[in-house]
Amino acid sequence: MKSNDRPSKRLLLAGSLIPGVGHLLLGKRRQGVHLLALALGLALVLVLRWDAFGEAFSSPRLAPWLSARFLLTALAATAVFSLYDVRRSLALDGDDSTGRSPFQIAKRRFAANQLAVIALYVIVIMYLIAALAPILAPFDPTAIENPTETQYLAPSWQHLFGTDEFGRDLFSRALYGASVSLSIGLLAVLIAVTIGTVYGAVAGYFGGLIDNVLMRIVDVVIAFPTFFLMLMLVGIFEANIVFLILILGLTSWTGTARFIRGEVLSLKEREFIEGARSIGLPHRLIIFRHIIPNAMAPVLVSAALMVGGMVAAEAGLSFLGIGIRPPTPSWGNMISQGQDALLVAWWVAFFPGTLLVITILSFNLLSDGLRDALDPKTLMRKYV
Amino acid sequence: MLLSVENLATYFFLDEGTLKAVDDLSFAVEEQETVTLVGESGCGKTIVALSIMSLVPSPGRIVEGRVLFNGEDLLQVNPERLRQVRGGEIGLVFQEPGAALNPVFTIGYQICEVLRLHRGMTKHEAETEAVRLLGDTGIPDPEKRFRAYPFELSGGMQQRAVIAIATCAHPKLLIADEPTTALDVTIQAEILDLLRYLQDQYRMAILMISHDLGVVAGISDRVLVMYTGKAMELASVRDIFNEPRHPYSQGLLGSVPRLGEGKGELRRGIPGAVPDLMQLPAGCTFHPRCPIGDASCRSEFPPLGSLSDDRLCACYKVSA
Amino acid sequence: MSLYILKRLLLAIPLLLGIATITFFIVHLAPGDPMDMYLEPRFRRQMDPEVIELIREKYGLDQPVHVQYVKWLGNLATGDLGESFRYRRPVADVIAERIPYTLQLSILALLFDALFGIALGIFSAVKQYTRWDKIVTLGSLIIYSIPGFWLALMLVLVFSVNLGWFPTSQTRSLDYELLSWSGKVLDRIWHLVLPVFVLGVASAAGTARYMRNRLLEVLSEDYVLAARARGLKERTVVFKHALRNALIPILTIYGLALPFLLGGAVLIEKVFAWPGMGLLAVEAVSGRDYPVILATSMIAAVLVVLGNLLADVTYAIADPRVSYEKQRPA
Repeated sequence: MKSNDRPSKRLLLAGSLIPGVGHLLLGKRRQGVHLLALALGLALVLVLRWDAFGEAFSSPRLAPWLSARFLLTALAATAVFSLYDVRRSLALDGDDSTGRSPFQIAKRRFAANQLAVIALYVIVIMYLIAALAPILAPFDPTAIENPTETQYLAPSWQHLFGTDEFGRDLFSRALYGASVSLSIGLLAVLIAVTIGTVYGAVAGYFGGLIDNVLMRIVDVVIAFPTFFLMLMLVGIFEANIVFLILILGLTSWTGTARFIRGEVLSLKEREFIEGARSIGLPHRLIIFRHIIPNAMAPVLVSAALMVGGMVAAEAGLSFLGIGIRPPTPSWGNMISQGQDALLVAWWVAFFPGTLLVITILSFNLLSDGLRDALDPKTLMRKYV
Repeated sequence: MLLSVENLATYFFLDEGTLKAVDDLSFAVEEQETVTLVGESGCGKTIVALSIMSLVPSPGRIVEGRVLFNGEDLLQVNPERLRQVRGGEIGLVFQEPGAALNPVFTIGYQICEVLRLHRGMTKHEAETEAVRLLGDTGIPDPEKRFRAYPFELSGGMQQRAVIAIATCAHPKLLIADEPTTALDVTIQAEILDLLRYLQDQYRMAILMISHDLGVVAGISDRVLVMYTGKAMELASVRDIFNEPRHPYSQGLLGSVPRLGEGKGELRRGIPGAVPDLMQLPAGCTFHPRCPIGDASCRSEFPPLGSLSDDRLCACYKVSA
Repeated sequence: MSLYILKRLLLAIPLLLGIATITFFIVHLAPGDPMDMYLEPRFRRQMDPEVIELIREKYGLDQPVHVQYVKWLGNLATGDLGESFRYRRPVADVIAERIPYTLQLSILALLFDALFGIALGIFSAVKQYTRWDKIVTLGSLIIYSIPGFWLALMLVLVFSVNLGWFPTSQTRSLDYELLSWSGKVLDRIWHLVLPVFVLGVASAAGTARYMRNRLLEVLSEDYVLAARARGLKERTVVFKHALRNALIPILTIYGLALPFLLGGAVLIEKVFAWPGMGLLAVEAVSGRDYPVILATSMIAAVLVVLGNLLADVTYAIADPRVSYEKQRPA
């Protein structure tokens, strides 16, 4: 938008006090809608769940305390970012035209993939909901009162997902379960990717004997079926939630390690060849500065895939009773309880499972979308 | 006339736009003659070959034209007949010799397949004939090679094998798409000799595709110069080399070093670059780079006009 | 070619050694007294100190680490995997009893995977750009995203509880002993249907996807075009020329599918109370039966190595290029 068509600067700045409005006025519809929706959603939660929010804010327990502060921070951050971005656009004076940088090309290609975009929305919304679980949950997930009267109630408006054998509201448990499962998934992947990258980089960079040894170790780790390995480690190390995340991460770094090693090796080749011409820049710097942009794309693709896998693995372990243990809700252990109640209360197993499917599916779609966006197929040029 | 291509147009329908790989192309090939399609990389030569055989990969499609082979329009025949023609009456040799051979089958198997299909031989007959053919194309120790896999052969021998497969059914027309480009210079000469030999033996016509003018000079009877998917000039090989009339042909032939040229002369390349096939200049596609082009060249692509008996040229500025 | 197989066999040995070594290290990294791995703590108090000493000697627990390591390997070589706390029997025996059940499931699931996965993959590749392709592709992605144990439960809900078509669990019906020979076989099959289906369908979805991509890749290769140019029928081109090439890497997928199946079997066995090695491992973990935990993981890893070996050898047989790696082209 050129300066002359724009609304006055003052109007803009005033408008952008409400996140997103500024962008809308500038004609940037998509960003505007996103920011506005986010801010409105958060505000709505704050208003509609005011009591819960108040409780959470002053709660002695960590989870609600964090949630309350997260809500406020998110709201504030949206507003601040919105303001900042509008001012930045004003400064550029309409010159932020469509970019040709690889990042922007990839972004556009991704946006064309409807399923992937939907998946991204689902994931973001899920994480937001999980983060706000203590505020959103209508009931206390672990409190047991009048079990004989409230047990195994079918889904209704009051109990969206029904109740379990102890009369606990399953919707609330599912919400808390979401924060457990989703955060475990994310953290575990972060660990796995970090370990994998460092390991692979070290192996590739040093080469020779070190590389050989490190890679043989990888071969051995890969030989263990991942789930068995997790099982074994959990069994021996008595996993609490921290250990659980560590174990999940420690069993899944091998793919990343192999990939990074390959990249480092091939880059090292090139560097040495040009070594004669380069003016003594430390090889280390060159290699690492080149690896990060190039290698990160495929790593990102596989990381997205892995989060889905981690969520599934945690669910599996919890289902078996050796991951997250009751009363802490996790989608996995909820399904386990559902198995016992399968004949009388199908909903106990049904809803957590559906949520699992949606989550895993979204990560798979996201990963696919990222892969298509970042790794274009070559055209039929060779035939012309 | 053995082959007559009339107003052939093959377009590729991509997300970014329509790529006109071949546009309004017409030429003919007589029995037992060799016609060569010449042009820079990307001018559509390969697509012409694929179009004749109806093998254009999607998102490409033949949108217009006729391909008359012995009077039959190959673009209109039923699939059954098309399969008979492919391999049986028209043979195709590719640029990359190894790529045309299936890596998991032996050479012998791949020849026998064609022999049994097009010449109705039994397994035993086919094997004998295949070994003979391999020997005929100059492959030493043909029995051993018969049982070999493609990767065990050198590039030159692979190409001989491909040629054997393409000609074993005695086709009337052999289309050779840059058959020597991927090979060493010494092998190139041998392959060309082989093609000439087979042409004599089987009384074949050859439609050769090349961007190597040395190859063109060595084997052609007539030459068709292509640019951006269109025909620019069509003449006998002698005429094209001695007296190119179209500015593009002149540019092409002028950029080839020749023995006897004075040392001080600068190589005369063609200024500018080949345009993007999706955004072709209006009118004559060559006019932006043409030394004699002007405003009148911008309206419509010049028709392929006849300069003399067997000489065609698509240029407003060149007359009989 | 046999050289290649020999080479692969030799390479597998250090791998097996590595598996044993890693397991050993895990044993010794665990918190608490390593004695706990061999002797349940609460029984130790009741036991005769002399007997405890004997056991300690046998496993070399008072010796330096490297001696223990050697003893460990020695024990493994003789097939001594320790004694299960829960069953009070040699672990090796317990595992030997349970492995056949897991293998039944895994191998049948593998077959299911191969049959349906490859067929669907070919189908959707050949029908590229049509609605069918999109349906199969999306469908297999969805199935691939469903956790096996939950799918199992839902299927049990629908087909066993509500429709009564299949049994809900176990390997045999209550009146098994009374059935005729063929009746027994049928009964076993009837009990196998749901578990094999659930286990196989997820990996089949993955295989279908991979097969599709692989076939599409091959179909765009020059030699496929050349095959068409020779006048071969489209069916021949796809099913003989293209497929033969496309299938080769699929064999390595089977090497990779084995760990997936073994791991997945754990959950399936839990749902269906199927007395296989996976269920054994789970029970061992809940019950802190360390010798069993360690042994099952190692056995699982060994099975994977063997599976990969098999896949490699099959690959070498199928792809003529592989065995000739060292030879120069003529």
